[in-house]
Amino acid sequence: MSLAKQFTKGFFRENPILVLLIGMCPTLATTTSAINGLGMGIATTFVLTSSNVVISLLAKYIPDKVRIPSFIVVIASFVTIVDLVMQAYVPGLYETLGIFIPLIVVNCIVLARAEAFASKNKLLPSFLDGLGMGLGFTMALGILGTIREILGSGSVFGYKFIKGDGILVFILAPGAFIALGYLIAFINKVRKA
Amino acid sequence: MEYIIIIISAIFVNNIVLAQFLGVCPFLGVSNKVSTSFGMAGAVTFVMVLATMVTYLIYTYILVKLGIAFMQTITYILVIAALVQMVEIILKKISQPLYQALGIFLPLITTNCAVLGVTLLVIKKHYNLLEGVVYSAATAIGFGLALVILAGIREQLDLLNVPKGMKGAPISLITAGILALAFMGFSGIVR
Repeated sequence: MSLAKQFTKGFFRENPILVLLIGMCPTLATTTSAINGLGMGIATTFVLTSSNVVISLLAKYIPDKVRIPSFIVVIASFVTIVDLVMQAYVPGLYETLGIFIPLIVVNCIVLARAEAFASKNKLLPSFLDGLGMGLGFTMALGILGTIREILGSGSVFGYKFIKGDGILVFILAPGAFIALGYLIAFINKVRKA
Repeated sequence: MEYIIIIISAIFVNNIVLAQFLGVCPFLGVSNKVSTSFGMAGAVTFVMVLATMVTYLIYTYILVKLGIAFMQTITYILVIAALVQMVEIILKKISQPLYQALGIFLPLITTNCAVLGVTLLVIKKHYNLLEGVVYSAATAIGFGLALVILAGIREQLDLLNVPKGMKGAPISLITAGILALAFMGFSGIVR
């Protein structure tokens, strides 16, 4: 597979959310608006790319039996960095995303890429894979966040275009499940056609 | 009384899956059969309560004492990973069928955000040890409840003629959404 393909496969063909269906928790929880979704996506992209790079460099030296705990330590270190940086520079977003920032550690996407890709590949492909997957994740979160924001509060990126409230349920918990369900159904339909 | 409020709130009002979106992956993954979901709920309950106790003690008596509370995430995930490994070994020894059934999902408890989420929430909500344990047990019951209900519905769904694109994950997600809608009915009970 060429490098360009490594990079772009996360966008659509192997999009972690819409096609592989992993990493659902942050997807559902943080997409109450487009901005929140994108913020979460960017934080995850940073962790995913950095941990992929470090793991691809270290993979040779890590014994096979303890590789999963070792990967988790690498990932957790980057998550701690993101956590502290966001707390310092974007306190508002940090408050909104709350517990889901430390929970990037247990985002299945990050560990899945480390195990399935970065541990077996060289530096550059791993970097592109992490960045591509991260951007695909961010894109999915952005789309879902935008849909929920339009339906739920009648605004896009915070700019309101209707008077009064939207369909409130879409920014509450049930709307997340329903919106994602229909989005994935739509993607399935498009992919099969 | 306080404990009752914690329990009701954790099981129904702020259900971990349907209101807080923690542990959605196993929620969708193992909810095909009612029997498997009971097993998963049991394993999660055990790990969750144990993890809350251990991480709480480590946080208060080691991390805070040494002034390295920022190491929270790394420490917690390692403790949970070790606990899961232990549960896996025990289960393999005492119940082979259950071990077979849970298969891949047991190691996945490590990356079940519900477990890490609860241990972090206990600290965030400033619970003491007993409240923390009650909270984590109730949360695990709430997780199990949601899981078993969804599994029951999905067993029925298999018999229906679902539109092609909707098969699998989408219809499960929408079902979960309607379930979440039902659980919102409890929201007036506890503040």
